[in-house]
Amino acid sequence: MSCTRTPVVAGWFAGEGDGFRLLGTRCAACASVFFPREDHHCRNPACGGGELAEFPLSRRGRVWSYTDSRYRPPSPYVSDPELSWEPCTLIAVELEAERIVVLGQAAPGVTVEDLTVGMEAEVVPGMLHEDAETTWTTWHWRPTGVEA
Amino acid sequence: MGEVAVLGAGMHPWGKWGRNFVEYGVAAARAALTDAGLDWRDIGSVVGADTVRGGYPGYVAGATFAKALGWQGARVTNVYAACASGAQAVDAARAQILSGLADVVLVVGADAAPKGFFRPAGGDRPDDPDWLRFRVLGATNPVYFGLYARRRMAVHGDTAEDFAQVKVKNAAMGALNPNARYRERVTAEEVAASAVVADPLRLLDICATSDGGAALVLSSLEFARRHGHADPVRIRAVSTVTPRYPNTVLDLPDIATDSAVAVDPPAETFRVSIARAAYEEAGVGPEDLSLAEVYDLSTALELQWYEDLGLCGEGEGAKLLRDGATALGGRIPVNASGGLASFGEAVPAQAIAQVCELAWQLRGEAGDRQVAGARVGISANQGLFGHGSAVIAVR
Ligand SMILES: [Zn+2]
Repeated sequence: MSCTRTPVVAGWFAGEGDGFRLLGTRCAACASVFFPREDHHCRNPACGGGELAEFPLSRRGRVWSYTDSRYRPPSPYVSDPELSWEPCTLIAVELEAERIVVLGQAAPGVTVEDLTVGMEAEVVPGMLHEDAETTWTTWHWRPTGVEA
Repeated sequence: MGEVAVLGAGMHPWGKWGRNFVEYGVAAARAALTDAGLDWRDIGSVVGADTVRGGYPGYVAGATFAKALGWQGARVTNVYAACASGAQAVDAARAQILSGLADVVLVVGADAAPKGFFRPAGGDRPDDPDWLRFRVLGATNPVYFGLYARRRMAVHGDTAEDFAQVKVKNAAMGALNPNARYRERVTAEEVAASAVVADPLRLLDICATSDGGAALVLSSLEFARRHGHADPVRIRAVSTVTPRYPNTVLDLPDIATDSAVAVDPPAETFRVSIARAAYEEAGVGPEDLSLAEVYDLSTALELQWYEDLGLCGEGEGAKLLRDGATALGGRIPVNASGGLASFGEAVPAQAIAQVCELAWQLRGEAGDRQVAGARVGISANQGLFGHGSAVIAVR
């Protein structure tokens, strides 16, 4: 099956392999960083508003917390109702440089048993689901093996 | 800030009745009017807490209830603020009374809940964070509750057993409340044997979604006196503040926090600021409280509220619970009603139901779950999109 690879949300991430990054924006006036990206207005109430330029986030951070979905989430999450639901692990990662916590699904095969708060994790390209024409891509968090 | 009187409180019991939300709201409204000793035609203003689940009538709940009770010309207001809708309806009613726009106001909220998880409205809406968190992550509400619970375990040393004891406590009190949906006591073993929904939380750690309705009749103190209520329960504060930038706690339905790289985070979290604003407005502190009704969407979140309300220091919530301070007969009973653990959440009705419980407790009419000598009570809640509330009532 040869599919078009399409990001689940346009403009939130880009790149391949080690070059993969989450894409936020940064205000030219106050240096506030936003993810998901703000493209029109800086949300710092003390800022008069500056140009918002695309800003790739750090690849690595520390696990702020984690959990999993033991039951199938409702639509608009897409899953094959013919297949039994496999628990999906979710990780919230704190990026030190940006002082932001970003939630994401864990890379395939990572379970809550593999995780502790404070361990290092890195962002990697991932697949959300595929249909006849399209492979929907996303970001995943994957522990690097470096403990807290 | 002036006070308003609580003349009447009424509820339709919580459950999974499978009927229209209007029916629950009207039953609650009639009960509150009876409790107040007033006729519906005496009401000058009706404020409805809206539901997103009833179609158009849900978006204009105040008018929907007014029509169902029989049009009588009252001023109407509709309020939506996610889980804080009920408290904002109380706030709108209070503002009308204190400004002299109305003498006596009926506040009503009701919901008919879906089966299973709350889910976003239909259609493709990539600009809606609530749609995105489901589409991109499959992040249901329990996912966020699981993240908070795990974080507490790592930072404060809370255990799954601590969380289970919250359920045990609330179920014991809910068993005494005829309006609660779940009226069976629960053991820690039963919590531990229930299925994991979002690690580390199990089915019995997480509140269900319910049908239910709650209503209040509020008035000026002058109106209360004229109608023979010499010593009514009074609402002294309603806090509906928003977060301050940067909000560094991951809140529903967000995929990320604000970044604190350019601006340091505020000294207090959003939930702490909700409570502080209420304390300041009422001129009381946590040491003055007789009881608290908090939004225990999960067992772990109840422990978080202990700290955010200042009932104990940061990280000491589980100890406060273990010491029995928050059980009936303890220093500061929390969720004497049974809480969301015993009710399940009926979104627009829930914050109103919390105030109903405060009113009955402060009147000494809470039956077997009565907190002895209750004089000051607080309710607290938080919902999606930067909404939260705290109400302080006194007698
Ligand atoms: Zn700025």
